[in-house]
Amino acid sequence: MSALIDIRDISVGFVGRDGRTREVLRNIDLAVAPGECVGLVGESGSGKSTLALAAMGYLKRGLRLLNGSAVFSGTDMFAQSRRELERIRGGQLALIPQNSGQSLTPTLRIGAQLGEALRLHSALPADQHAAKVVELLGHVRLPDPEAIVARFPHELSGGQQQRVAIAMALAGEPEALLLDEPTTGLDVTTQAHILELLRDIAADRGMAMVYVSHDLGAIARVCTRVVVMYAGEVVLEGSTRHVLKFPTHPYAQGLLASIPKLDDSALPIALDGRPPAPGDAGAGCAFADRCALVQDRCRSTRPQLEASESGGTVRCFFTKEAGRQQGQIIGAAPARFSGGDTMLDLDGLAISYARPRLLDQLLGRGTDVPPTVDDISISIGKGETLGLVGESGSGKSTILKTIAGLLPPAAGAVTAGDQSLPHMVEHRDPGQLRQIQLIFQNPDDSLNPRHTVADILEQPLKLYFGLTGGKLRARSAEILERVRLGAHYLDRLPSQLSGGEKQRVAIARAFAAGPEIVLCDEVTSALDVSVQAAVLDLLNDLKRSQGTTYIFVSHDLAVVRALSDRVAVLYQGRLCEIGQTDQVFEGESHPYTKVLLGAVLEPDPDAAPTLAADDIVERAPPASGCPFQRRCPRRLGEICDTDTPPWQSPEAGHFIRCHISLEDLNVD
Amino acid sequence: MTEVAATPAENTRLQRTLGILRDVMVRPSGAIGLTLVTFHVILAVISPWIVPYDYKAMNSLLMLNGPSGAHWLGTDHLGRDVLTRVLLGGREALLVTGVATPIAVIWGGLLGIFFGLVGGRLDEVLMRVVDAFLSLPWILKMLVLIVTFGTGIEVLIPTLAFFYGIPVIRIARAATHDVVARDFVSAARARGHGRITVIRRELLPNVLDTLMVEGAMRWSWMLLAFSSLSFLGFGVSPPTPDWGLMIADARGFMSFAPWGVLGPVIALSSLIIGINLTADALAKALGIDRAQKAPV
Ligand SMILES: Nc1ncnc2c1ncn2[C@@H]1O[C@H](COP(=O)(O)OP(=O)(O)OP(=O)(O)O)[C@@H](O)[C@H]1O
Ligand code: SF4
Ligand code: SF4
Ligand SMILES: [Mg+2]
Repeated sequence: MSALIDIRDISVGFVGRDGRTREVLRNIDLAVAPGECVGLVGESGSGKSTLALAAMGYLKRGLRLLNGSAVFSGTDMFAQSRRELERIRGGQLALIPQNSGQSLTPTLRIGAQLGEALRLHSALPADQHAAKVVELLGHVRLPDPEAIVARFPHELSGGQQQRVAIAMALAGEPEALLLDEPTTGLDVTTQAHILELLRDIAADRGMAMVYVSHDLGAIARVCTRVVVMYAGEVVLEGSTRHVLKFPTHPYAQGLLASIPKLDDSALPIALDGRPPAPGDAGAGCAFADRCALVQDRCRSTRPQLEASESGGTVRCFFTKEAGRQQGQIIGAAPARFSGGDTMLDLDGLAISYARPRLLDQLLGRGTDVPPTVDDISISIGKGETLGLVGESGSGKSTILKTIAGLLPPAAGAVTAGDQSLPHMVEHRDPGQLRQIQLIFQNPDDSLNPRHTVADILEQPLKLYFGLTGGKLRARSAEILERVRLGAHYLDRLPSQLSGGEKQRVAIARAFAAGPEIVLCDEVTSALDVSVQAAVLDLLNDLKRSQGTTYIFVSHDLAVVRALSDRVAVLYQGRLCEIGQTDQVFEGESHPYTKVLLGAVLEPDPDAAPTLAADDIVERAPPASGCPFQRRCPRRLGEICDTDTPPWQSPEAGHFIRCHISLEDLNVD
Repeated sequence: MTEVAATPAENTRLQRTLGILRDVMVRPSGAIGLTLVTFHVILAVISPWIVPYDYKAMNSLLMLNGPSGAHWLGTDHLGRDVLTRVLLGGREALLVTGVATPIAVIWGGLLGIFFGLVGGRLDEVLMRVVDAFLSLPWILKMLVLIVTFGTGIEVLIPTLAFFYGIPVIRIARAATHDVVARDFVSAARARGHGRITVIRRELLPNVLDTLMVEGAMRWSWMLLAFSSLSFLGFGVSPPTPDWGLMIADARGFMSFAPWGVLGPVIALSSLIIGINLTADALAKALGIDRAQKAPV
């Protein structure tokens, strides 16, 4: 079969400040046949996105083609006119970027946006567009497509927006799809559904896909072949099974070991060190500095990509040794909390975004809209990590914002140490402010694009410690080292960093304050696994050495398991279950916890998720009964709609809120 | 501890400015636009010393002569050299708009940022007022003021600055709303930085980019407005040469002496096009232009 996407010997680079050309991609070949789905994996900065974008003849500003070609369906993409490229992109070759759901135009109805895509890229006569729009929306399994057409993007959930983005990409009947982290940032349940959808679409249409992701679980689910990239080159390539189960390259092994496992509470193993900066790989193997099997030969000679026994290719001198090493790496046990004084106490917290209507205000009534978050009482010990899980919109970030003093609670109190905290940040004293630091989910949003890394890190150092001049800069560099970035990053702007690098800067900024309580809002969801492992390791270290208390919000259950002492499961702003980590993951579970656990994707080509009903958007919490009533696969009946379920406790410290009796909970 | 050479902040700021300038210049629109604008500004400064004739010198023998070796662009109905008057005719316009534009951007920008920060009811009410005001035709508003107060520079500058500042309020407010909603502002607030620090460090640099582009656009519209006022007889008073005025004067003779109109029209439009092209390239260089971002 001839390749649809045929990238040959491509090298891409940029001219650094010193005038040297630095390569971001080094002599890469990639061929994708129709119907084939190839996964590109590697750490952030390895050039995955650059390679995928190069397949459509696009290079980010500042980058240039140094060598090679990218042919799509017989067309050399780097030799085309702008107009021709525009015709092909979005038509035969479509891109679904990360957060593409969020890049929908907020002011245009879904129907209009899809119509526009059809107008640009479809040969259909205009009078059939309306019907086609509905068909496309049905195709991506959006419930009630006729109604969705008239909606605005903000009226859809994140997963639904992503479906619209996929529908949009399908509008031009593409022969190939390029997907750059298409499910990163989505809920586990939503992600699982989207991946099934992509699998089916690819199978139905015989489409070729290039799937860029740092999530090996997702790759395992959709890809037939995997290409592992490191420092701009391919180090291992082969069938998904071989790469994920019997990796013969030390880097791929390290990558796999750095993935937290759902059924194991050990911390994943961070790959030490960091990849060489573009152009700094030297003469030998680019991975040499981090490789456990390194020999003198590796440092002097660059290994070539050679055929491996399993039918793929591998770039390593010691493949056999690597094969033997596989499976011998075992993760460290995380620092566990062993009881202590209460550090943070949430008492009956309720938070509402709804403003009372004028009439209600005049009559002295509150709103009748149920609060977004209600009845949250949790107390967290000094040095304890509380994992907070739940889908997007469940109020995890809202709770963190209230603790940080950015959002006033409608009821309840927050106590840190022995001090009751004023509701708003403006009323807190410097000590209280320094004590609690917040790390946000999306570094693109949490780092000011106009500040250099030095500016960013210096803010807390100046504010809380009054550092100035050379001390300030030296301390910033030191903090940067702790998150595995070198001092040479100090003068960069966020736009000059990769996604992972940005988040590390955001984390560094929070730790610069020397906080006692760190609120982590999906802090690793934008990171790749090896960095995630390193960040988890770092968070764990600080917990051990400084007794830092965390609230760790994540939709990745395996990550939560690796780091948390206790886990609270949140649905629609209400607690469903709370308990010691092992109790929640292994003991009796709330039906919602079960749904979450079932949707987790393991980096194993043989594992398939158990999916509950397709995702339903919840608009507001129900006024009475169980918050999970509309989606619960085990609904008992009327009682779930009318009566608030009782807390039941199967074991000391483990609480489940459901009408189903404890004996029946684990019986399916 | 790692040894790090301290880089003065000015250094990075200068680098950024130079980087943006380079980004503007590598685009064809930026290169052409900036060249046109620079050319006009330089001409406006040095023209009094390089013009071939006295702009007031009338000569009844040379009325409405076509282009010749002595008068490259011909002469007008009073026998004055058109080239001289075209070279000088942008000075007044550039001076007035060059002063009025920054004033407009500054006061409109400040007010817009203020509205954007205050938010809530007050913001909504004030924006309604701005909208109502914007819905009136500008020429009418301006004429009322000028007829009341006169047409000197001391009236024109504040008038133009006032009217052209109002739409800036809208832009600045929208940009402020965008930035305020982002997490880096929340992060700064959560750290406990004062309101002023948050505005100065986090908000302003981001809003200023938008305002810079907006300012350039305002400038070109203001030039057009100024020339229109002159054309209508409310701007520069004769015999001072001005493109708008020249077009008005030469209009009557256009059928048999088109050179009188052609010179000022080309001069004015090349300047306006130049400014627009520059603004366009600047927007792209600053990443404000949304279409530039995704390769889809
Ligand atoms: N415009 C640019 N100018 C200079 N260097 C760049 C530019 N864009 C990216 N880089 C560098 O190129 C390398 C590859 O970046 P790329 O975005 O392809 O990585 P990635 O594997 O997709 O990472 P992530 O998983 O974080 O998205 C990184 O070292 C990055 O810092
Ligand atoms: S070539 Fe050497 S350094 Fe490189 S991956 Fe193989 S063993 Fe490690
Ligand atoms: S109370 Fe009813 S709806 Fe809620 S989780 Fe239990 S069974 Fe399901
Ligand atoms: Mg990427």
